[in-house]
Amino acid sequence: MAEREKVAHLLRRATFGPTAEEVDAAERDGWEATLSRVLGASDPKLGPPVPAITADPYDALPREATAAQRDAARKARRDQIQMINEWWLDRMVAAGSQLEEKIVFFWHGHWATSIEKVDSAHLMLLQHNTFRQYGQGDFSHFVKAMVRDPALVLWLDGQRNTRRAPNENLARELMELFTLGIGNYTEDDVKAGARALTGWTVDRAAGKVKFDPTRYDPGDKTILGRTGKFDADGFVDVLLERPASPRFIARRIWYRFASGESMSEATLHRLVTAYSTGKGLTTLMNAMFTDPAFASSRGQLVKQPIEWAVGAMRQLRIRPSTLAENDRKAVLGYLNGLQQTLFRPPSVGGWPSGVTWLTSHTSQVRLRAAELLAAKAPGATIAMLNDAPQQGRADALARMLVVDAWTPRTRAVLDAAAKDVRKLLALGLVSPEYSVQ
Amino acid sequence: MDFLTRRKFLIASGVTGAGALAVGATWYPLKEIMGTAGEIPPQARTLVIVTLYGGNDGLNTVIPYADAAYHKARPELAYKDSEVLKLDGTTGLNPALKGFHRLFGEKKLAIVRGVGYPEADRSHFRSMDIWHTAEPKNPGHTGWIGRWLDTVGGDPRLAISFEPVLPPLLAGEKSAGAVVGSNGLRLPRTFAVPTLAALGKPAEGEAPLQARAASCFADLVSVDELIKEAKEYAEEMSNEQGRGTGTGGQTALDAQLNLVAQCIEAKVATRVFSVSLGGFDTHADEKQPHQALLGILDRGVTAFLDRMSKTEQGRKVVVAVYSEFGRRVKANASDGTDHGTASDVFLVGQGVRGGLYGEPPNLSKLDSGDLKYTTDFRNIYASLLDRLLDADPAQMLGGWSKTIDRMLK
Repeated sequence: MAEREKVAHLLRRATFGPTAEEVDAAERDGWEATLSRVLGASDPKLGPPVPAITADPYDALPREATAAQRDAARKARRDQIQMINEWWLDRMVAAGSQLEEKIVFFWHGHWATSIEKVDSAHLMLLQHNTFRQYGQGDFSHFVKAMVRDPALVLWLDGQRNTRRAPNENLARELMELFTLGIGNYTEDDVKAGARALTGWTVDRAAGKVKFDPTRYDPGDKTILGRTGKFDADGFVDVLLERPASPRFIARRIWYRFASGESMSEATLHRLVTAYSTGKGLTTLMNAMFTDPAFASSRGQLVKQPIEWAVGAMRQLRIRPSTLAENDRKAVLGYLNGLQQTLFRPPSVGGWPSGVTWLTSHTSQVRLRAAELLAAKAPGATIAMLNDAPQQGRADALARMLVVDAWTPRTRAVLDAAAKDVRKLLALGLVSPEYSVQ
Repeated sequence: MDFLTRRKFLIASGVTGAGALAVGATWYPLKEIMGTAGEIPPQARTLVIVTLYGGNDGLNTVIPYADAAYHKARPELAYKDSEVLKLDGTTGLNPALKGFHRLFGEKKLAIVRGVGYPEADRSHFRSMDIWHTAEPKNPGHTGWIGRWLDTVGGDPRLAISFEPVLPPLLAGEKSAGAVVGSNGLRLPRTFAVPTLAALGKPAEGEAPLQARAASCFADLVSVDELIKEAKEYAEEMSNEQGRGTGTGGQTALDAQLNLVAQCIEAKVATRVFSVSLGGFDTHADEKQPHQALLGILDRGVTAFLDRMSKTEQGRKVVVAVYSEFGRRVKANASDGTDHGTASDVFLVGQGVRGGLYGEPPNLSKLDSGDLKYTTDFRNIYASLLDRLLDADPAQMLGGWSKTIDRMLK
């Protein structure tokens, strides 16, 4: 593989979509240097800071609030939700530390919590900050923070899980979807795990969980062969000492960053070894990007709608925050039409992947979204295409969108549309070549 | 309710093995299905499978209202004697199931109680895999209808789904059922149809996912034609038969069943239709939402059945309704229930001998808080394969051939 294609492949996976200039720089620096920059310390260009939302307007209402006050609070809540959506999208586009942003997005899909039940931008942002704070470090600290995360606890009914009548929802998903994967625990483990997680309540207004000892089950629990008076942290320790745990996490990371195809046992072994000896995700990421199987994984991931839209805006140089309000709304509307709205995953299993995103329905929504993005591309972007002779515009477009090569099929379509570069741009964005990575 | 729905990602989110189905879906425009109009053999019957995703609470669906243990186990969640729609002196239906209650009186509804399988799995994904594959020990990569499809020549149009993705039950070893889009689509005006058709052509040596992305454009173009035709077809049908007008506010289930009805009335070749309703994954304060979902199910299926009873082909239809598991007998502290085991399966249609089948749930003999299953779900599959699809159950169900006597005419 040529050096340019190699670094482009890395950057397509480690960022939301590299610009041509980023690929130029990576090609100049070489693969090694690019990888260490990608994995390295935070880029100072963070993008817009996390909004300071300190309360959910509805939760902050006094008990005796009037109907009008309630309506106003509901509207304020809707505005907050809209605002955090727009903010995150903008941050994804603007952030210098692209891998960090992508990892935050990954964890959002992993601990898939939806605002539809949590009903508070405040609590969703607190969870979001936990992803930022712990998401790349020691997994044990991370999981212990998550079992105390108010949004996750509400989402999986943890505040209703008491000594008298345990609610298993959180304990089950903690094992099945968050740490071990199915087949690595029994039903008795779920029941005992639920007892270990008893005692937590959520103070919505304060954005905190509280431990209520009268609701906690202090008795002995046998979980995964270990017996003790486990509480939430003790339960997490038992989970994370299982060999299944690093294997599960490595697989999930691979599935989203490398390939929809399952990895070989040899690759898995290399990833798990790196993950277990290092601290946190960086060593795992390093092992994944340098694995021989990664190099041959081009085209094995379908871009998720968020990845597609954010990547397009980076490459077209569109900052969502500079768009007019109705255009910002339209972008969010298209993402919703593509079934991927931030803070609103479809279920605790997270967003789908692969061919599920490729339907005639999503193609149609993408056509409309591409039309809008091409219309909003700044003059300099359009000029870059216009400056190329008509026969060379498909190549200029490939460079802009970091597509390695067009198939003859797509090239013929693009050549025929090359006169109108906004149309050309839109066709490039919906092309099969640009839909996968 | 949709936020709690765990449907779709059976295949999609890769948390189960179902990511690697033996054969992927073929997308078919409705036109292609309608192209087989009149092709169904005169005696052939039709199966409509309704999957309820999320784990339907069987005990609050078919209610043992006379059992004190039921009221004791879930005081806030239980339905009072006066609320249930009685089937006999001990068993009643959820108040939302008014249409089912009428169908039971007309002997068109069979209810099989205590349906499950050995070593119940309480993961939505795994348990749904088990029901789709009919392989409780080790769910593989093919579905029970997909395997039937393999034996009858593999034409995808014989088994179709109106869901957005292929349900694993329709995936066979060599063939797979068709996924028929039911979304209304309109092409953006700025892209000429020939341009999109050109993007939809396969390119040599293209990676599979990229090829799939291309084929979406070919589909899109045919969907555009299909929408016009389906509309014309629906108008034609309603003029011919003078059907009542829709009441609006259709649920996705209604919409899916409407398309099924159109196909069956046109006597298309399809023998199995798969539709679904999601949202049953509730764990707290679930009485009202659960009742609302059962209402959607009841109205959808009842209206469908009533429509079916008007045509000869329609009278040969049997609807089967199931979910991946029931719920724990005892309510949790949150006025909800956690994942359980055995539940009920409904079979509806003229071809059914109405009544109660299987054993009533025994709430005093539980297996660590859960109902023991008394009927293996494969008995129901075997009955459907045998009576409805004229197939040898053992061939499709790994040697399983036990059926439920006399349940299907």
